[in-house]
Amino acid sequence: MSYSISSIRSRREARRSYSGEAGCSPAEHIASNPATKYEQGDILARVHAGDHQAFAQLYSTHKKKVYSLCLHMIGNAAEAEDLTQEAFLQLHRKINTFRGESALSTWLHRLTVNVVLMHMRKKGLQLNSLDEMMEPDSNQRPGSSIGTPDLALSGVIDRLALQRAINDLPAGYRLVFVLHDIEGFEHNEIASLLDFSIGNSKSQLHKARMKLRESLQNYPRQEGRK
Amino acid sequence: MKKSANNLCCEEFQSQLPDLIGSGEKVADHPHLQGCSLCRALLADLGAIAQAAHQLFPVEEPPDALWRDIESAIVRAEAAPDPR
Repeated sequence: MSYSISSIRSRREARRSYSGEAGCSPAEHIASNPATKYEQGDILARVHAGDHQAFAQLYSTHKKKVYSLCLHMIGNAAEAEDLTQEAFLQLHRKINTFRGESALSTWLHRLTVNVVLMHMRKKGLQLNSLDEMMEPDSNQRPGSSIGTPDLALSGVIDRLALQRAINDLPAGYRLVFVLHDIEGFEHNEIASLLDFSIGNSKSQLHKARMKLRESLQNYPRQEGRK
Repeated sequence: MKKSANNLCCEEFQSQLPDLIGSGEKVADHPHLQGCSLCRALLADLGAIAQAAHQLFPVEEPPDALWRDIESAIVRAEAAPDPR
């Protein structure tokens, strides 16, 4: 079975810029609202038997989690739609390989992350190797913060500035930050998904947060704000 | 000679932080932090950033048209001859 999404893509007109509202992460949704094993088994059996309604039900259950994950990782609504579509097409194609060792939502979440990573590599986001992706050039490294004012105590974390700063993070930093701090993945899961060590995941997350702090400190000056 | 953890200046401590964190060491217990409010504030900032980011990104609903696109692609794929 093969799919072509390019023709569908051209039909979509909505090319919105992403803006977020406060809410809980997909990972929290999974934790707080899991399908029971019985329900999951029943739906999967029907999907295996070629029941389109059952697959529509799966889509309905998981669409928000998958779309949000794509959107947060890629930061672009149009691409997030394409990637959501690709993730569900892969789910349809590969569902026979799901062994039920984890929740379907966990499995689908990992599949989605892999779809996004593949897309980023194809797009040539300088992901020739994850090492390159993770180690931006020296100009992009988080700088030293000695003597700079702290944000937490001054209470100046501006939503818009933070959103911009996250969008502007180098691809590798952004990935680890989004997966851990926004989507709620554990370091061992990130390490497995991105094929590096747990220690690397932790240190990259720290560097990403440092980079964000630096951007937030520079933001008022760049924007001419108080 | 290696400097003891107690004698690190802020710059040295901060440059070692990624490795310290990566190694799984409990950074909050580091001797430098016991006497350095500047570096404690830095870590508080990083925690605040993580918390703010977590609240910033909501769960989003994809457009309704997306399911129709997916369904069409599935139907087309099932109708296509098996390449084997």
